[in-house]
Amino acid sequence: MATAFHPPNSTTRNISRPNGGSGNGGWRNLVPEGGNLRAVQEYAPPPASTAVWVFVAAVCMTFAALTSALVVRKGGAVEWRHFTLPSILYLNTAILLASSVTLETSRRRIATFMGGQNTAAANPTRWLYATLSLGFLFLAGQYVAWRQLSAQGLFLATNPSSSFFYVFTAMHALHLSGGLYAMMRVIRKLNGQTLRRVTMDATAHYWHFMDVLWIYLLVLLWAKL
Amino acid sequence: MHDMSAQAHAAHAPTSFMRKHIFSLDHKVIGKQYYGLAFLAAIVGMFLSWVMRVHLGWGSLAIPGLHFLSKTGAPGDVMTPEYYLQLMTMHGTIMVFFVLTTAPFAAFGNFFLPIQVGAEDMPFPHFNMMSFWVTFVSFLVMVASFFVPDGPTLAGWTQYAPLSAVGPAAGPGQGLGEVLWASSIAIFCVGQLLGSLNFITTTLDMRTKGMSLWRMPLSAWAWFITSIMGLTAFAVLMPACILLVLDHVAGTSFFVPSNLVINDQIQPHAGGSTLLWQHLFWFFGHPEVYIAIVPAMGIVSHILLATIRRPMLSHRVLVYSMSGIAVLSYMVYGHHMFVSGMNPVSSIAFSFPTLIITIPATVIVLIWLGSLYGSRIRLNTACLFSLGMISMFITGGVSGFFLAQPSLDIMLHATYFVVGHFHFVMAVSAMFGIFAGTYFWFPKMFGRMMNETLGKIHFVLSFIGAYCIFMPFHYLGLASNVRRYQAFTDDYLQPLIPVHRFITVAAIATGAVQLIFLYNFIHSRFWGKPAPENPWQATSLEWSTSSPPPFDNFGGKLPVVYHDPYQYGIEGSTDDYVMQTDPRQIQTQGDEA
Repeated sequence: MATAFHPPNSTTRNISRPNGGSGNGGWRNLVPEGGNLRAVQEYAPPPASTAVWVFVAAVCMTFAALTSALVVRKGGAVEWRHFTLPSILYLNTAILLASSVTLETSRRRIATFMGGQNTAAANPTRWLYATLSLGFLFLAGQYVAWRQLSAQGLFLATNPSSSFFYVFTAMHALHLSGGLYAMMRVIRKLNGQTLRRVTMDATAHYWHFMDVLWIYLLVLLWAKL
Repeated sequence: MHDMSAQAHAAHAPTSFMRKHIFSLDHKVIGKQYYGLAFLAAIVGMFLSWVMRVHLGWGSLAIPGLHFLSKTGAPGDVMTPEYYLQLMTMHGTIMVFFVLTTAPFAAFGNFFLPIQVGAEDMPFPHFNMMSFWVTFVSFLVMVASFFVPDGPTLAGWTQYAPLSAVGPAAGPGQGLGEVLWASSIAIFCVGQLLGSLNFITTTLDMRTKGMSLWRMPLSAWAWFITSIMGLTAFAVLMPACILLVLDHVAGTSFFVPSNLVINDQIQPHAGGSTLLWQHLFWFFGHPEVYIAIVPAMGIVSHILLATIRRPMLSHRVLVYSMSGIAVLSYMVYGHHMFVSGMNPVSSIAFSFPTLIITIPATVIVLIWLGSLYGSRIRLNTACLFSLGMISMFITGGVSGFFLAQPSLDIMLHATYFVVGHFHFVMAVSAMFGIFAGTYFWFPKMFGRMMNETLGKIHFVLSFIGAYCIFMPFHYLGLASNVRRYQAFTDDYLQPLIPVHRFITVAAIATGAVQLIFLYNFIHSRFWGKPAPENPWQATSLEWSTSSPPPFDNFGGKLPVVYHDPYQYGIEGSTDDYVMQTDPRQIQTQGDEA
């Protein structure tokens, strides 16, 4: 049941989702005909959509551990050196938010394309490339931020505050790189007409999570460092 | 409607040797690979324990050949005090991570979870394969630390800072050995994450038609609950290990305080928190011990039901209790830190949930015992080891009551009492669970029956041996025998040396008994009696397919589930049981779903 990337006949309807599936059908699909919950459900969500949330949970735990390390370490430190966050971080944030917007645009373009409309000039691939480029631009901006910080004499081991800055941003960048790889995989599948809906959705969810995580980290670093 | 089959098994059965046996995507092969890794790790861990025990009983004895392992650690084959600590660290690490976390969860879980829920494979076979090989690489990195010049780290499996974080100044093995330990464990965390991902998605999304959550066997529930714990706990250990590595190689000071003087030298660190490591480690460490035991609980429950031939007193309460243990396990970690210098009020805050967590654990034991009462039990080897596991768990759990009280823990912390407690409640219990699972599932995994007589001998001698080894530990602890000592030179410890010698003899004897198991395993693997599809007349899905199962588990046609698991002792059935896949409308007891 792979959703191949070619415009379907306009007469074809998505009959397996008569209610129009949003996401994976939401909670509606969990209740069978007659509302008898004790009857057994046939429908199960595609594993990739569950898996991405499981992975997000694990990443949250990792950053929660680092957050608590920061709070404890700062609480007991006598030599904590406050510093101003490099201003490029705010530009990087805007870039990452923009990448989420382009990602959502491309998803909607894919959806309309698959719905049989707007076949001529949808070109969702372009928007995916834009997302990818913005992602790489974000990473480049993070590297610039690191260079700016080291130019001020703040390296990994200089002070606990700088240590945590580098650790947090490096961990986020590492996970974002994984998201970039997933995005490249989506583009490759889209071009090869083998992209499935769930792959696109899972990658998008992960990407948006990276966005939200970054905003959390920015606030944390701004408040604590 | 399972197009996931296209996803998981787009190809047919592999044909090349590499794909079939080495880089296999088949969860069954991966499960066996994990089992093999755990087997190897258990032998290494056991060997380390023998060497430790000989040194404890006869301190100045030259152990032949030890200098091959380390010239500096054992010059003239006599162990140095530091090397004792190094061996002890590796014993604990290898046993906890590579045996107790691997065998009951990753080995049996990988093999049987998909089959028990009626799936063809896990949904992400490549991640699954990676999870094993990442774990294997982690094991290699850990073992490599034996062969670096200074040897492995000596800071205990708990790796408390600042000892673990200051670097080579702290002692042999605290340079490269320490970095290898922390790197190995960080790699291990990644492997566990990949495995947990598969387990959770298999349980939630890959169940076959008719298999609701309440119709899953208890072992499947246990693996599911464990995988959730594993996901969250190991995700905390990984950054902790990364920070530890940074303290070593990058000069940071996460865990090392200022003005620390070691060997008359001030250490170049500034203001780290040693307690921070303990918090991070034990937030992982306590769920970890439940990760070790909950799969064994599930396995034992599953086996007992097939041997007592009647349903559990309450299937649901057992599941709720296992879940309750998992949830509470995150709230009790501070009971490892009662004497760490934390605010004493926090001791009450951690002691209270520690006592509460005994409730679901006791409920589980009482359900087991209550279900056993009045049953017509079939005493095969798997059943005996399951009963043995219950015995070990009760014994270990009872000593936990004492340790849960801060006022008592002040006296008992870091004594052999603690060592006896965790060896009983976690180590030996889980080992008996692993043995039970092996004897029960060997026919399904390898298509042959193990020798029951040898199995029963193995059980009796191991059971007696385990009590001989670990029961005296409680006495030693109450007599103030401090743990992690390599020699007993104090006056008050001298009278205890004969006890240590007794334990050493028991340990080596019990270790020798495992050769019976090794022989039985290998002999049965190649020359055992061919196994039927359902040798134990059990009801769950793994017994509805051939022994061993075909490549896609069910021969191309996924099963349909009509009944709860564990429908034993049913009137109206042909035998005394109703398989889950039996399409007949038979009045079964208390259909859960």
